Amino acid sequence: MEALTRIAHVSARVAAELTPAELKANSAAQMAGLAYGLAAIGPGIGIGMIFGKAIEAMARQPESAGMVRTTMFLGVAFTEALALIGFVAFILLKFA
Amino acid sequence: MLLTQIANQKFAQITAGLVPSAGEGRGFSFPEINSILRWKDVVPGINKVIIIGILATLIGIVLFLVAAMKDGSKAPKGARNLAEVIVEFIEKNIIMETMGKSGLGWTPFLLCVFLFVYICNIPGIIPFIQMPATARMGVPMFMALMIWVVFNATGIKHQGALGYFKGVLFPPGVPKALYILVTPIELISTMVVRPFSLAVRLFANMLAGHLLLVIFALLSQSLIQAETMRVFLIPIGVLPFGLLIFLTAFEILVAFLQAYIFTVLTAVYIGGATHPEH
Repeated sequence: MEALTRIAHVSARVAAELTPAELKANSAAQMAGLAYGLAAIGPGIGIGMIFGKAIEAMARQPESAGMVRTTMFLGVAFTEALALIGFVAFILLKFA
Repeated sequence: MLLTQIANQKFAQITAGLVPSAGEGRGFSFPEINSILRWKDVVPGINKVIIIGILATLIGIVLFLVAAMKDGSKAPKGARNLAEVIVEFIEKNIIMETMGKSGLGWTPFLLCVFLFVYICNIPGIIPFIQMPATARMGVPMFMALMIWVVFNATGIKHQGALGYFKGVLFPPGVPKALYILVTPIELISTMVVRPFSLAVRLFANMLAGHLLLVIFALLSQSLIQAETMRVFLIPIGVLPFGLLIFLTAFEILVAFLQAYIFTVLTAVYIGGATHPEH
């Protein structure tokens, strides 16, 4: 408990010493992490579903594996683009 | 209580012992993004990324020139074997799966796209070069713009300007009232989102891989070269180093997969522009 309050005091002192520009950079960095985390949820679920269904299809009908694989990569590419746009937002917030 | 205090002190000592890699401040801080991605000019106007791009072009040209000069009547080996494997991969796994037999005339174009993107990606994991040329937006952006021009021109050539834009903007089989909604969406998705996502997908994948490698390299460097608490920090530093080697192997897969996806999407766009939807 003692240690926690000491850490809180230290962080409050650090926050008070920051200039507005530094505070802005800090919050931008925090939001950048949040932005990428949120952007990765949907595509993560989506890519999981695509791969799962593709494996199911290949197991049911092994002769169609080639076609399923190409279509699967197409679907993954479109879904992944959302997460990557989130990553670009992260880069822009953090570094730009 | 005493334990947490001791742990806190130890933690503070450990974090104070990390070598700051850029600027001052406690612990590990990431360097400026420009120091990772922006290279000094070797000759005015020519830096590492451009050299990689030029080399990628030259390697592709030389490989296929050497392969073409070999005797084709015997069993292929060496450069010719490699070239034949690549051409067969493009024809069988990319064109036949997306465009069908009528698209085989596009083999040279798609071969160039695939080889250039792949050879630009692969320096990201070659030691001492360690820079994928496609991690700078310029390279993927102009590739995507070129492909945008190519698939629109193909559509106009095969269906006529009126027929092509009618097929794109007014897809058949949609109730007439819905065109108010569908037409703007189709216009944006075909003309803006396609090249944008094509470029951003390649760029962001390679940049993410590059940053990941940089982060783990810097982390293991700062842990292994720590000034205090060496007994604890050096064994810990082995962990990010192991992950770094694993990620390097993973990046080979990503480099290939991104070149493959880029080419497949190009083939899909060209194929869609060649044959109107029914």
